[in-house]
Amino acid sequence: MSLASQWTGVKTFPRGIHPPEFKEMTEDKPIRRLAFPPELIIPLSQHTGAPAKPIVREGQEVVRGEPIAEPSGFVSVPMHAPATGVIEKIGLARDARGTMSPAIFLKAYPGATQEVLYGKDVNVDALSREELIKAVQSTGVVGLGGAAFPTHVKLAVPEGKSVDTVIANGCECEPYLTTDYRVMLEYPADIIKGLQIIMKAMGVQRGIIGVEDNKLKAVEALTPHLPADGSISVQVCKTKYPQGAEKMLVKALLGREVPSGGLPIDCGAAVFNVATLAQIGELLPRGQGLIERVITITGPGVTRPGNFMTALGTPLRYVLDFCGYKGDDLAEVILGGPMMGVSIGTVDIPITKGITGVLVMTRDALPSALADLATDETRALPCIRCASCVKACPMGLNPSALGALGRKGEYEDMAKHYHLFDCFECGSCSYVCPSSIPLVQYFRIAKAVVRQKQAAAKS
Amino acid sequence: MRFMLCYSLKCAFRLLITIGNLFGQFGILSDMITHLVTAGVMMAGLGVILATLLAIANKKLYVFEDPRIDEVDAMLPHANCGACGMAGCRAFAEAVVSGKILPGQCTVNSPEMIQAIANLLGVSAGSREKRVARLACAGGKHVARVRALYRGLKSCRAASLVAGGGKGCAWGCLGFGDCKDACDFGAITMNEFGLPEVDVEKCTACGACVTACPRGLFSIHPVHHRLWVACKSEAKGEEAEAECEVACTACGRCVMDAPEGLITIKNNLATIDYSKNHLASPAAIQRCPTGAIVWLDDEKGPIKGAAAKRVVRRSPLPVEPSVRI
Repeated sequence: MSLASQWTGVKTFPRGIHPPEFKEMTEDKPIRRLAFPPELIIPLSQHTGAPAKPIVREGQEVVRGEPIAEPSGFVSVPMHAPATGVIEKIGLARDARGTMSPAIFLKAYPGATQEVLYGKDVNVDALSREELIKAVQSTGVVGLGGAAFPTHVKLAVPEGKSVDTVIANGCECEPYLTTDYRVMLEYPADIIKGLQIIMKAMGVQRGIIGVEDNKLKAVEALTPHLPADGSISVQVCKTKYPQGAEKMLVKALLGREVPSGGLPIDCGAAVFNVATLAQIGELLPRGQGLIERVITITGPGVTRPGNFMTALGTPLRYVLDFCGYKGDDLAEVILGGPMMGVSIGTVDIPITKGITGVLVMTRDALPSALADLATDETRALPCIRCASCVKACPMGLNPSALGALGRKGEYEDMAKHYHLFDCFECGSCSYVCPSSIPLVQYFRIAKAVVRQKQAAAKS
Repeated sequence: MRFMLCYSLKCAFRLLITIGNLFGQFGILSDMITHLVTAGVMMAGLGVILATLLAIANKKLYVFEDPRIDEVDAMLPHANCGACGMAGCRAFAEAVVSGKILPGQCTVNSPEMIQAIANLLGVSAGSREKRVARLACAGGKHVARVRALYRGLKSCRAASLVAGGGKGCAWGCLGFGDCKDACDFGAITMNEFGLPEVDVEKCTACGACVTACPRGLFSIHPVHHRLWVACKSEAKGEEAEAECEVACTACGRCVMDAPEGLITIKNNLATIDYSKNHLASPAAIQRCPTGAIVWLDDEKGPIKGAAAKRVVRRSPLPVEPSVRI
């Protein structure tokens, strides 16, 4: 913690960047519920870990909230029917990665109700820690901040490790996105409830909600709901990218550094996104499953941006049509924020648990440098050793050296000597690079190649 | 010996002092010369000692290495490609000399050289059928749909990480030529449709392209595997054909026309069981509607069946992207 942050009380981490926020397009738009599309596509693998196993057959009728797939292991979660309807088929559907993967196709009945018709109340206070972890798994909740890692797996603290603080991540440092912000404004009680459940499941006494200082309204909304015993506090962090990365947040709030190659649990902390907590707080006491999530649809490519409570499995095209997606303009569609989000090659993909928002860019809206790049794809200039990337990297890596090695294809060297796998692809280096070197793309290639080699060596 | 050495050093030292005295009248100059000569003699002495040590070490620590390894090594192509299954050419030479492997296992070497090695060692050359890398995709720009424009690093690996590249088919060749760059023998060229073509003569079956392709489209096959499915799409019939005109639609005609068990449909894709390759004949390909299954002929290249729709287009399909990635 720096001296300045001690004086101001606003916490942060070293380095990082300050991209423009662009949140004004949607931050004041309340969460609206979206209508059901005629057909929903529920991929069986929309979380990290083993894909779920379908437990329905073609032609079967399901009600909203009913489980339709069961977990196939500990690192796996069930799926629930997002709408009342009939199972059309179980087949391949395109996903955001561009591959085809198995999915359940559900035909929603016209006029199906948004009311959840499935679930049995659970007495949270009566559950033991193990039972709570099981209960969290049965809700099908995964990390809703984008990683989609099954939440219950994080709750099981491994032998020999201990956690003293649970952190709720309400930073949302990605430009454009306002999902977490709206959730904090509209579901503060659920967030606190969810955080308490998580703290109970992990046996932790202290909870901190970290919010960036551009979202002080969210702090105001959360404060009245804090429990009287003082176990949970709201702390304000500096608005800086990537403040919402869990390692950065742990550093800012607790002053602890997550060891290289480790997780926050290695320094006694566990980090959960506020949207995840809100869902746990809402679903778990009712014994329901995750069937919808809040997404931000924004960007210059849509005429009616906003925050929407969307049924999982809704085709993206349906959502975008609702928001006035022009589509005729040569556009770029990004799942997530502009910094860490992934470009997609088709809008015919379903909304999954890990999608925080959709950013639709038009050609005119792209910065001129990027537009130039678009016409000449190889126009990355040579590195001028300005070290802007070194100053920006929140992990303290040397992106310049990594990039140079990546260009030469020295992937093993990057992993061995330059801590390639400590990079979490926040994109700060690519953002500040005056030579427009696609650094993160090099790192992604390097990681993929090194992983492939490691897998080949194992088998 | 030791006595000799000591004596000579002693003599040399005396000589030095004598020379030094001779120059004594010149003061500083004489001192300097004394020092110079001392240093020279000391260094020479050290040299003699170390040389002796080396000579002893050479005798005591000598490891016998079959001189034929060097000879064989010199006759190898030094591509270090690993196609023989060894770590490199030196390792191959050692294995050949020790009799673990036959010289013919090197796929890169010329037949004359292989024979020369065999003659040198007095072993049989050993024959190995020519193996080549084959691409399980025929979806060039002229037949396969592109759904999004990819901009960024010109590499298949990079494109595949960005929403799987812009290609409509999720299994097909991306066409940026990572395999071409990986090939050390110049055996792969990119044709006018953006598909890699393997030069059978130059290909050594080293497998570099197999690991380079992010879609896993290359595999190594003996040349007598002539029946070939040039498609990897697991999409269902019409869906597959909507993305690519030459996709396997899993219609099953080849399965019916081939001897039983040779071809099966697995995951909406015709799959050939090469353990039954001796049953293969061009009969199986005749009724394929898209020409996804081909008969590879040495001279004519891939031959499509009579019923396959003819692709006359040579220009790329128009790109109508809904999205730019």
